[in-house]
Amino acid sequence: MNAGRAVRALPTLLRIGVAETIAYRAEFLVWILTTTLPLVMLGLWTSVAAEAPFRQYTSADFVAYYLAALIVRNLTGSWVAWQISEEIRMGTMAMRLLRPIHPLFTLAAGHVAAIPFRSLVVLPVAVILLVSSGSSALVTEPLQLALIVPSLALAWLITFTILFALGALSFWVTKTMALLNLYFGLFSLLSGYLLPLPLLPRFIARAAEVLPFRFMLSVPVELMTRTLDRRELATLLLGQLGWAIACVALAMFLWQRGVKRFESVGG
Amino acid sequence: MIRARDLVKHFRVHKRPPGFAAAVRSLFVRKYEVVKAVDGVTFSIERGERVGFLGPNGAGKTTTLKVLAGLLHPTSGSVEVEGHTPFRRQTELLEKITLVMGQKSQLIWDLPPSETYAMNRAVFDVPKAQFDETLRELTDLLDLAPLLDKPTRQLSLGERMKCELAAALLHRPTTLFLDEPTIGLDVAMQLAIRDFVRSYNQRHEATVLLTSHYMDDVVALCPRIIVIDRGKLIHDGDLRGLIKTMDPDKRVSFTLTAPVADDELARLGTLLARDGSRLTLRVPERAIPSVVGHLLGQLHAADLAIEDPPLEEILRVMFGRAHKLEEAS
Repeated sequence: MNAGRAVRALPTLLRIGVAETIAYRAEFLVWILTTTLPLVMLGLWTSVAAEAPFRQYTSADFVAYYLAALIVRNLTGSWVAWQISEEIRMGTMAMRLLRPIHPLFTLAAGHVAAIPFRSLVVLPVAVILLVSSGSSALVTEPLQLALIVPSLALAWLITFTILFALGALSFWVTKTMALLNLYFGLFSLLSGYLLPLPLLPRFIARAAEVLPFRFMLSVPVELMTRTLDRRELATLLLGQLGWAIACVALAMFLWQRGVKRFESVGG
Repeated sequence: MIRARDLVKHFRVHKRPPGFAAAVRSLFVRKYEVVKAVDGVTFSIERGERVGFLGPNGAGKTTTLKVLAGLLHPTSGSVEVEGHTPFRRQTELLEKITLVMGQKSQLIWDLPPSETYAMNRAVFDVPKAQFDETLRELTDLLDLAPLLDKPTRQLSLGERMKCELAAALLHRPTTLFLDEPTIGLDVAMQLAIRDFVRSYNQRHEATVLLTSHYMDDVVALCPRIIVIDRGKLIHDGDLRGLIKTMDPDKRVSFTLTAPVADDELARLGTLLARDGSRLTLRVPERAIPSVVGHLLGQLHAADLAIEDPPLEEILRVMFGRAHKLEEAS
């Protein structure tokens, strides 16, 4: 792929991504509702911790944690696997393959363009609640605050490329829905989406440390809600960077292999 | 320029009989069958040629087009399009080719076609001045002006097809793979698309490889046809030559102004169709002057027309022969 061409195309791709997002209003509203699981968990855990902290987590900690999780999920969530799977199944992927820019780039641009609109409804609510009820548990360290943005960007990249790779599996498996359900189950448990990782049984928490899911959600949430020393910050950010590179490579590899298998008989 | 040498494309397809028991069995033991979609096809098309690619359903036409466009890897054999190996899908090749599939859309469904055009301009890196000029040309030729800003989902099938063609040609490709570009369109729209393809071919010296179920498209557009059946090439050459070889007799249609006895008609040729007083006879080419003279002079026939046999008929005979030969061998 010609990188210069991709960069030149980016403003148009983003503009069209925005136009598409606005066109699919109902779909986005439904999507936003599917990302509100942290609010359910918030209600559950704040009542558990109402009278006394639960394993060091106070009620305010839970508020901060789940609202931060809601923000991260809204900014980094992606539906690209479903999109790819559908395009392969319907045969319209052929049209995408005939364009001289890698689909990883064109799809990523479309998804980035959608972020501000996806966040429009949930983010203001989450930020207001977070500042009003969970502010005592929020981080104030300037360096750590500044690192939240790159951490969110890396979390988005890891999530997007893993889902892109899962979507590419549709080149082999006609229907990847079961696989995506399995992925979402693992993600919910091991990323900190359902509950903070320290509350998981020890062996699961250990597994979560070496898997990519933590870097997709828990790490930026930790940056927002837990004061970390510089060494911890470096470890987490470098961990995210490493996983992002690995996931991009995996996505590109699976895509390249998958396209070779792209076989749709007839029209 | 397009070259295919001994092109083979086989698919491995999962097969199971109907019924619940078979479905359960297929969970554990899967049976596969190899479908020979394209089975050793060789042809070569020069720049600027318009070639019709014909065959019955499942003959391997779309598969061949997809291999040529780089969407499928051939099982064996070699393919070259505009000096490139298609399945590598290098930018230089993608800029020179286009594939229009009548049943697949590249237009963004909820946005007006102008947005898809803007996106194609960006991804194909078409300079603004060239884009504006091409879009103007396509808008004139295809009468797109009232359609450009309507959401694609609100366009009729024919309007959408015209917009699809424009989207596929904005980067001025020099090789066009057109797979059923007129499917589902009414006659007026078919004519418009046909005229447009011919005009584009002449203006840009573009190579056109066309598949269509409408033989009129092929007859009107393609001086040369390639016929494949069950993945094998069974004819490659001039359309008129094929018709002459397969069925050299002409079809003479006319309207009778007075009753004529059947045995008198039988002396002139084979009666193929009768619709009230309108008749069609099959007449050997060398007998045409005398038969026409007799019809007009003696029988006072009106509205007389002399035509080649319809291509559909020729192909039906051709596929029938090919199948018989295959079964015999």
